[in-house]
Amino acid sequence: MIKSIKLEKSFGTNHVLKGIDTTINDGEKVVVIGPSGSGKSTFLRCLNCMEDPTSGSIIFNGVDIADMSVDINIHRRKMGMVFQQFNLFNNKTVLENIMLAPVSLAIKDNGGLFCPVAKKNQIKEEAKENALKLLERIGLSDKADAYPYSLSGGQKQRIAIVRALAMNPEVLLFDEPTSALDPEMVGEVLSLIKELASTGITMVIVTHEMGFAREVADRVLFMDKGIIEEEGTPEEIFGNPKSPRLKDFLGKVL
Amino acid sequence: MDYSLKFKVFKELFIDQEMWKDVIYTGLVNTLLISVIGLFIGIIIGTLIATVKVMPKYKRLPRILDKICTVYVGFFRGTPLVVQLLIAYYVLWPLMGITISALLTCIIVFGLNSGAYVSEIMRGGILSVDPGQTEAGRALGLSYASTMIQIVIPQAIKNILPTLGNEFIALIKDTSVASFVAARDLCKTFTEIGNVRYEFFVPYLAMALVYIILVLIISAGIKAMERSLRKSDKKH
Ligand SMILES: Nc1ncnc2c1ncn2[C@@H]1O[C@H](COP(=O)(O)OP(=O)(O)OP(=O)(O)O)[C@@H](O)[C@H]1O
Ligand SMILES: [Mg+2]
Repeated sequence: MIKSIKLEKSFGTNHVLKGIDTTINDGEKVVVIGPSGSGKSTFLRCLNCMEDPTSGSIIFNGVDIADMSVDINIHRRKMGMVFQQFNLFNNKTVLENIMLAPVSLAIKDNGGLFCPVAKKNQIKEEAKENALKLLERIGLSDKADAYPYSLSGGQKQRIAIVRALAMNPEVLLFDEPTSALDPEMVGEVLSLIKELASTGITMVIVTHEMGFAREVADRVLFMDKGIIEEEGTPEEIFGNPKSPRLKDFLGKVL
Repeated sequence: MDYSLKFKVFKELFIDQEMWKDVIYTGLVNTLLISVIGLFIGIIIGTLIATVKVMPKYKRLPRILDKICTVYVGFFRGTPLVVQLLIAYYVLWPLMGITISALLTCIIVFGLNSGAYVSEIMRGGILSVDPGQTEAGRALGLSYASTMIQIVIPQAIKNILPTLGNEFIALIKDTSVASFVAARDLCKTFTEIGNVRYEFFVPYLAMALVYIILVLIISAGIKAMERSLRKSDKKH
């Protein structure tokens, strides 16, 4: 599904990613762990070109999306992203947050400004129906008309997750989805992610929650200093770590 | 000097000869037209310029647009408004072979001028919006323009509303130069009262009073707006 080939990224003279080669298969749950500053977020953000790779390729559904001449917006629709800081749109209600992208992109595909009113209304109706279904699924139907400021962190993150889902993505990218949450809210977000994982969607998750990583991952990537230092099944990584750096890291976090 | 006579003359012209109608229906209306429409045009131009200024500059087009905007802002901030007005009315229109009324000229020039100032205010407003908002929009597949229009700019405008209010006050005060191209704003209509008997003492005193009242009303509006904004911000 996503293939990263010789991926490198520098910020000025800071060489953050030093050649990442890996393939994320259809339906696979890949969890990325590693010390702070090792380039986990940068790697994840390169996968949907939120950061433009300095060199190398990202092949998504057969297209090299790192190529600057590709219309990245088309491909991003199929790659949902969930942020540490939730990033719900502050000026929109919960329902509007979920509907915004599906509606404006469907209108764009149907002629943009020239989209007939009837078609527009139909698009909005469908998006609303879908959004309400998603809210029901996470038990937040009563928050449809609330603004983000009135929600708890856990609620915000669960809404951010269904906002990404509303685009029917093929892959979901999570960057430390629970790191900004109060401890009592981590559980509700992790259980939603676990529930989604069981639906067979492809996922790449950067996290510091080792228990969760072990539980949900098909494969764990241990990143250190801009490379994949070691990878394997959770059993291999947590049960039988080989590289001294991984042993050292696990010793600190477990 | 006999001040009571001056007031009598003014009352005679202003009330008895109904010159107050000129002041209110022409002067005040034109002053408000120039400043309100000018600010409106300014907000649109300012938003466009600010958007270009904060745009990523990888491609050539944004870099060219950026240069154009820099020249634009440099020109309108670097020359006096009166000069811009005179140039438009007496140089530019004749060169282009078109006739545009003094009032419309004022509206256009005030709009273009205010665009340069609003662009700086708006840039600050846009930069004050959490970059995470843009990221979330772009990650969903929305274009840069769409993200700006639907997410970032509404939040930026909310953040800078009080500052825009101050720009509005500045514009109202600046409209007093409209008479340089013979547009009949507040200042011009009061001058006309003075011209009848060459008695300017009271008309200009009254004029200052009208400007002060206008500014006070708008300031009160801004304060009220700030208060209500602060209320909703608390919940953020
Ligand atoms: N936009 C940026 N501009 C400049 N440098 C950056 C930028 N983003 C990340 N970096 C740098 O890249 C390096 C790797 O950062 P990254 O965020 O990918 O690490 P991480 O593994 O996600 O760490 P953490 O666990 O703390 O989130 C750091 O040195 C960071 O300072
Ligand atoms: Mg990170």
